[in-house]
Amino acid sequence: MSVLLIAEHNNKELRPFTLNAANAASQIDNDVHAVIIGHKCEEAAKALSKLEFVKKVIQVEAAYYENFVAENFAPVIVKLADNYSHIISSANTFGKNLMPRIAAALDTSQISDITKVIAPDTFLRPIYAGNAFATVKSKDTKKCVTIRPTSFDACESTGGSASIEKAEASEEFSKTKFVKREEVKSDRPELGTARVVVSGGRGMQSGDNFKLITSLADKLNAAIGASRAAVDAGYISNDHQVGQTGKVVVPDLYIAVGISGAIQHLAGMKESKVIVAINKDGEAPIFSVADYGLEADLFEAVPQFLEELNKLNTIQK
Amino acid sequence: MKILVAVKRVIDYNVQIRVKEDNSGVVTDNVKMSTNPPDDNAIEEAVKIKETGKATEVVAVSIGEEKAQETVRKALAVGADRGILVKTEGVVEPLSVSKLLQKIVEKEKPDLVFMGKQAIDDDCNQTGQMLSALLNWPQATFASKIEIKDGKLEVTREIDEGLETIEINVPAIVTCDLRLNEPRYASLPNIMKAKKKPIEQLNASDLGVDISPRIEQIKVEEPPKRKAGIKVSSVSELVQKLKNEAKVI
Repeated sequence: MSVLLIAEHNNKELRPFTLNAANAASQIDNDVHAVIIGHKCEEAAKALSKLEFVKKVIQVEAAYYENFVAENFAPVIVKLADNYSHIISSANTFGKNLMPRIAAALDTSQISDITKVIAPDTFLRPIYAGNAFATVKSKDTKKCVTIRPTSFDACESTGGSASIEKAEASEEFSKTKFVKREEVKSDRPELGTARVVVSGGRGMQSGDNFKLITSLADKLNAAIGASRAAVDAGYISNDHQVGQTGKVVVPDLYIAVGISGAIQHLAGMKESKVIVAINKDGEAPIFSVADYGLEADLFEAVPQFLEELNKLNTIQK
Repeated sequence: MKILVAVKRVIDYNVQIRVKEDNSGVVTDNVKMSTNPPDDNAIEEAVKIKETGKATEVVAVSIGEEKAQETVRKALAVGADRGILVKTEGVVEPLSVSKLLQKIVEKEKPDLVFMGKQAIDDDCNQTGQMLSALLNWPQATFASKIEIKDGKLEVTREIDEGLETIEINVPAIVTCDLRLNEPRYASLPNIMKAKKKPIEQLNASDLGVDISPRIEQIKVEEPPKRKAGIKVSSVSELVQKLKNEAKVI
């Protein structure tokens, strides 16, 4: 049976993780249909129909679908679910909010945040913030699965030529009202998706000293992270926290400055492709996961780091 | 207004997780257990609302083995009025937990149900949303700010792109983000007082819910080990390695 992918979009364009989810869906079954629920979302529906792997688009329109409210979206998917073996979305805040509402309505035990499709009913997923990986097999006839976007490559945004069909809207859920959305407008990349992350820990000694982290991040076009210790000490706000109780990040380059490497911090960053640790304590656990460790006083090393970067002709953005 | 808060007993976030040798799960024997961190935020918020006079009762509920009583007791020590423990054995999937909670909600008739946005053991992030689907109630997930206005809640939610604000009618489910508040520590006198607060104990079977697992856990493994790295002797060596060897800058 076919797989139903839930598209994430802003009515004009697709959100990027939809492409990663489409790829994951195609690994379960090659007959991937995609549903787009929105208001005046023709543009996004067209973009969806062009995705590699997408064989059919189902567009569902209503004024109350302009903003994403899970209580409105879930009944639409539940109604379509009869024709599908799997319902797929990404495990970002969109899919996390929506999928369990669908799964409960279908009486299905959801499988969250998979990093690998082993078989159409068997998946690999991290547990304990990536400190262990579980291979799980669903016994439900219908499967609701969310995928970890950073574990699946984005599919091509061209090459598909799916038909676009319209389906009926569901009734409006009147007990939840969207009020507003404040998107963080920052020149800096978002922590969860940044190519480079520079993080500071308790070794920074004060919030003021985080300026060093900021300068380094500016230079590398990086997001700024922090350990829980730095957040608890009040050096930086907790939306920067990387770790089991903060954000899990998988950048190409992670630079840990003055971070000892508590278990809960390692859980949030140790899947990064390249890890650099700068710490004056040579025995700090962070060195056990670092590809490049520099045992040095960060207050000397970070300014030197900036100087060395200034000497380079080019820095990747 | 009555607030029901669901709390889960999990391995403490500071414990190094070890996978069992037979790959059947992770080691939990003689391991420090604590309240799931965002559930502490959920309790804190409920108690704060009660302190402002907008709630009359805070009830803490946990679903788990006998020892989950400690988790309920801790919620009582920070200000919940009474507790409920639904005893279960083995793995209880979020779908089953939400069905059990639905039964508790039908019995207790709370106006609000709070819980953490995610448990740090199975990392499923499902229970709150599932419960709200089963009850057909509004859901406010990943809440970092809650304001009560004329019997409605205005909730600020943490989403990937920033913040979102929604208004929901009561009764409703709210799942709490770590940014919602700063959980208090229980004082010694309050810990003593909590020992006298009642905890009602039920068995999952009393609630008439089928909680048999739908997901078979085939194996649990350690994450792939990282290759041992090297120590560099200077910043210039570091920058050269990053540029020419790792090719990441």
